[in-house]
Amino acid sequence: MSIATRVRAGIRNLRDREIEAEERSIISPADRKQPGVRITLFVVQALILVGLLIAGLGPLLWLAKSAISTTQDIITDPLGIFPSGIVQWQNLVTAWEQSAIGKYMFNTAVIAAGQAVVTLFVCTTCAYCLSVLKPRWAPALSAGILATLFVPSIIALVPLYLTILDLPVVGGSLIDNYFALWLPGAANAFMILVTKRFFDSLPRDVFEAARIDGAGAWRIFVVIVLPLSRPILGVVGLITIMASWKDFLWPLLVITNRELQPISVALFLNLKNTELGVQMAALFIALIVPVVLFVLFQKQFLRGVSASAGVKG
Amino acid sequence: MSVVQDRMAEATTSVVPPIRISAPRVWMRRGGLTAVLFALPALIVFGYFSWGPIVRGLIMSWQKVNFAADPSWVGWSNFAYVLSDPLLPQAVGNTLLFVALGLVIGFPVPLFLAVFMAELRKSKRLFNLLAYLPVVIPPVVAILLWKTFYDPGGTGLFNQILGFFGLGPLGWLNSTVLALPSMVIEATWAGAGATVIIYIAALTGVRSELYEVADLDGASIWSKIWNVTLPQIRGVIIIMVLLQIIGTMQVFAEPFLFTGGGPSNSTMTILLMIYNYAFVSQDFGAASALSTLLALALGVLSVAYFAATKRWSTE
Repeated sequence: MSIATRVRAGIRNLRDREIEAEERSIISPADRKQPGVRITLFVVQALILVGLLIAGLGPLLWLAKSAISTTQDIITDPLGIFPSGIVQWQNLVTAWEQSAIGKYMFNTAVIAAGQAVVTLFVCTTCAYCLSVLKPRWAPALSAGILATLFVPSIIALVPLYLTILDLPVVGGSLIDNYFALWLPGAANAFMILVTKRFFDSLPRDVFEAARIDGAGAWRIFVVIVLPLSRPILGVVGLITIMASWKDFLWPLLVITNRELQPISVALFLNLKNTELGVQMAALFIALIVPVVLFVLFQKQFLRGVSASAGVKG
Repeated sequence: MSVVQDRMAEATTSVVPPIRISAPRVWMRRGGLTAVLFALPALIVFGYFSWGPIVRGLIMSWQKVNFAADPSWVGWSNFAYVLSDPLLPQAVGNTLLFVALGLVIGFPVPLFLAVFMAELRKSKRLFNLLAYLPVVIPPVVAILLWKTFYDPGGTGLFNQILGFFGLGPLGWLNSTVLALPSMVIEATWAGAGATVIIYIAALTGVRSELYEVADLDGASIWSKIWNVTLPQIRGVIIIMVLLQIIGTMQVFAEPFLFTGGGPSNSTMTILLMIYNYAFVSQDFGAASALSTLLALALGVLSVAYFAATKRWSTE
């Protein structure tokens, strides 16, 4: 795999050069030396930091505090820090046991992981076909997939529900089956586009060399393309997992069995009659996984979002 | 059949003229079967779960669909029914108001943040992290949390903060005037981070020579922002605005979870009407007709989006 490592080093080189190129921006080094500019910039950036702390971190910290506050405290003095002096750890236990948060978190994890696997499978096989195999009908397939980006998804909501309810041609129903989430979810033109663009950037001579060595299409896909594409596969996987974790309306419609529902749906259906302190504890627990995932994989996430700018721009 | 095969053989062999191979073998060599196998998962998923429902949705707009009988053709009556629904003007008005307010609040904030955050020399990661944090919060969690913030009582979180400045208390979600703007504020908070990150990515793509030239001309910082930065990223700006409009035209989670469309339909949106037609009254034909109408309106925007993407990516 020495070719693979060399390619990877090359890609890294390119990326380093990009970072160097971004050095000069709106405020020039000369501007930065002026005290007026420096002070204004510092003040504006400090204000932005305070604003971001309040807007980004504030609600999370408040939720964390409320998760262990008494309902009385939350209602009478939401800005106070345990005004009654009682820290009610019990909320977390009650939420976990009474609302069965654990079970719903497990369901959500299964749904999200399955979605990532199915999406990655569809994305990589399709992108390989479009980018490397390039059959004569590739432009037609590509157009058919890309066109879905421009058809508003709303038009498919009701008929898709009826499709899941009573599958045309093959018969049967996918209600209460996670494939009702995974299969429509994998029809994601954007992810295919991102993956295809990455595959396009892989050096062709590596494929050619492998082909001369007698490797078939499948072998090149598994041994060369997939290992070289780990960065983009990680990004696609993470974005898919996060989107699946956030999904609400679709699972509400097609997963009606309470034992199988993801946490978003369960919170909506079960929390209405719970006392506020326990509600907040349940929301807090539901929040931990996506936030931790994001903080751990911040770089990949933000790269994924920026990549979407590349596609959109 | 053989004509087609001959033509295929011709087309492929013309690349490598000296060797003539029979048509099926050429097809195989061009990866015919393998390519089909690799495309199959996408073909199934997009055909069955994307294009199928889209076409079916269009057809259903002219049908009466329920669980009792087979669908029957009913002409334009679904459209007539939907268009004469007394709730529709209000839902359209609310949706447009949501779009407009979303632009008033949601357009300048991310742009301003991005321009300044792109100038950071230190702690870029921290700023990005904080800005993007609300985006990763599941909408249901965010909305239930904000519902508590919007508590209309004097001791509600926002009312208490207003109280510090001698204002309020406000009714927020209980008020027919404030309910919709309250949702727009939450939606902006939840979505702005992603836009900020995309703008920052676009800003780092602005060529540094342009700034060098501007510096040589002695341009001020503001004039650099107006004359270099914003014109350079206007493609991305147009696209983000169009995407935001397309997104807010289909707003659902906020009104559904915050108020269910109330008080007195002041937050009823088009998507909420579609949901009610389909999943409350089981009138799938009416739901499809309204979906088709909305899709038509969005389609115009999508074409604009497509044109913008095309134009800026070929530049």
